[in-house]
Amino acid sequence: METLYAVTTGVLSACGLYLTLRGRTFPVVVGLTLLSYAVNLFLFSMGGLTTDGPALVHGEGVYADPLPQALVLTAIVIGFAMTAFVVILAMRARSELGNDQVDGKKEDRE
Amino acid sequence: MMQHLVVFPIVVPLVAGILLLYRREGLIRFKRAVSVVATLMLLAVSMALVGRASSGEILYYALGDWQPPFGIVLVLDRLSALMLLLTSVLALGAVVFACAGDDEKGSNFHGLFQWQLLGINGAFLTGDLFNLFVFFEVLLLASYALLLHGGGKARIQSGVYYVVMNLAGSSLFLIAAGILYGALGTLNLADMAIRVAELPADRQGLVTAGGLILLVVFGLKSAILPLYFWLPRAYAAAPAPVAALFAIMTKVGIYAILRVYLLIFGDAAGPLAALEQAWVWWLGLATLVASAVGILSSRDLRLLIAYLVLLSVGTLLVCAGMRSEVSASALLYYLIHTTLITGGLFLLAEMIGVQRGKAGTRLVKARPLVQGKALSLLFFIGAIAVVGVPPLSGAIGKALVLAAADDAQRLWLWPTLLFASLASLVALSRAGSTLFWRSAHGSPSGSRLPALQWFGVIWLLSAAPLLVVFAHPVSVYTQATAEQLANPERLTEALLSPSRGHL
Repeated sequence: METLYAVTTGVLSACGLYLTLRGRTFPVVVGLTLLSYAVNLFLFSMGGLTTDGPALVHGEGVYADPLPQALVLTAIVIGFAMTAFVVILAMRARSELGNDQVDGKKEDRE
Repeated sequence: MMQHLVVFPIVVPLVAGILLLYRREGLIRFKRAVSVVATLMLLAVSMALVGRASSGEILYYALGDWQPPFGIVLVLDRLSALMLLLTSVLALGAVVFACAGDDEKGSNFHGLFQWQLLGINGAFLTGDLFNLFVFFEVLLLASYALLLHGGGKARIQSGVYYVVMNLAGSSLFLIAAGILYGALGTLNLADMAIRVAELPADRQGLVTAGGLILLVVFGLKSAILPLYFWLPRAYAAAPAPVAALFAIMTKVGIYAILRVYLLIFGDAAGPLAALEQAWVWWLGLATLVASAVGILSSRDLRLLIAYLVLLSVGTLLVCAGMRSEVSASALLYYLIHTTLITGGLFLLAEMIGVQRGKAGTRLVKARPLVQGKALSLLFFIGAIAVVGVPPLSGAIGKALVLAAADDAQRLWLWPTLLFASLASLVALSRAGSTLFWRSAHGSPSGSRLPALQWFGVIWLLSAAPLLVVFAHPVSVYTQATAEQLANPERLTEALLSPSRGHL
């Protein structure tokens, strides 16, 4: 499971990074979203991967580290709010500047 | 009561911000009153906290009474108390200035302003790494909206840059926090310091990686050389009171560098000690050079001031890179001076721009100013202070920084910093003579400026003479702060010894 998890996180962040470096706002927004998914997965795995364990310390048996779960929850909420904001900002930029380049310049650089 | 005072700098702006969101439009007098009163309360609270912290006592506030290292804690030492006071002084100037009319150019100015203060204060107080992230996000989200306050092409354009850069930065912050949690098993800064000191050798690589990724994030916030490109345009485009408040935002990054690296990667950290030093020192020097180039090439007063902010960031970073007690004390003195003066200059630029009509703050020939004498006097004071010409605060600040370097560092620091200061002297005298002397013939036709704007500017710029008059008490405090920072074990003991006793 560790390998699958690591590969998934890696592929997500690679795609996110590639898209974030594009010149138009839509790929950049999608890239940032993918990047935040990858980060959430990464953060979640930081307490170690545990299957079939409750997120509680109850004396004996396996348990999953509850702290990364709380952190991921916070990170998801913040990431969601930021994505909503950046989508609106990209739409405002499209209508005010008349194009969807990140730097707001007209010429197509792709 | 005194015990709960530590949480007030977070609760006051939070409550005020909620009150201010009651109606989106209208009620402007009510909103102004709430906002100014909340900022005044913040000022009073932070003065009380500085008084408390100056004794050297380290206070902590455990939310929900969950004791550290497990709960969320706010920590108050000399450094955080000083930063809180600085924030509230700056915020008062900015918010009073905004009450002259800038707050009506868009909606929810005061609510967002208070939440920005909430984020900044929280970042200065928090005692664990994850809440540092949360408060960074709070202050960033408020700053995204404030940057766009009033709308317009330039703001949207620089806003897209700013938001995308900072969102990428937030992802990196989470990665760094994740790595450090994975390797150390805790997020409480004081506890992390202890665990780093006892770190097994096979985890050192991970912690190094985490620590340096964190430096990228703090470098982005404080605008270190390869990561500063969002700053000049964003600061130049932001509305004046917002730009003035943004003067403290880069200092949040500097604060985080001081806090995290002096505490976690201090002398006790063994092979990981001073992990960031070389990076911060060399990139700080490079930032100084880049800012000098930017200062000389600016054709707009606001852009020029934005590059002056960058110059101050470079100076602060080299101080942090020297990593000694003397340099930390010099850093703090210079930080107080530069935050207030550049904040005041942003406000002043707005007033000058309004009186010059269409030419605005561009450095071109334009009609004469109605209140040219008073404005030029203030500009003169601000320029002298920011360049570092005696007798104002900049001279003392720069002298302290120059004196803090040891022999090997002097070789690099002195020419770079003095060259950058010369560049700002040249650029500011050129800007001043264009703005006030090279005016077109004809009578001035602008209107007189409101008293609240004058108050805001004078409030901030009066720091220049006051920091000289009160140089002794201020430097005694900064030296005591530097001494406290150099001994991080006091903080870890204050936070962790009771709970360690129980366990």
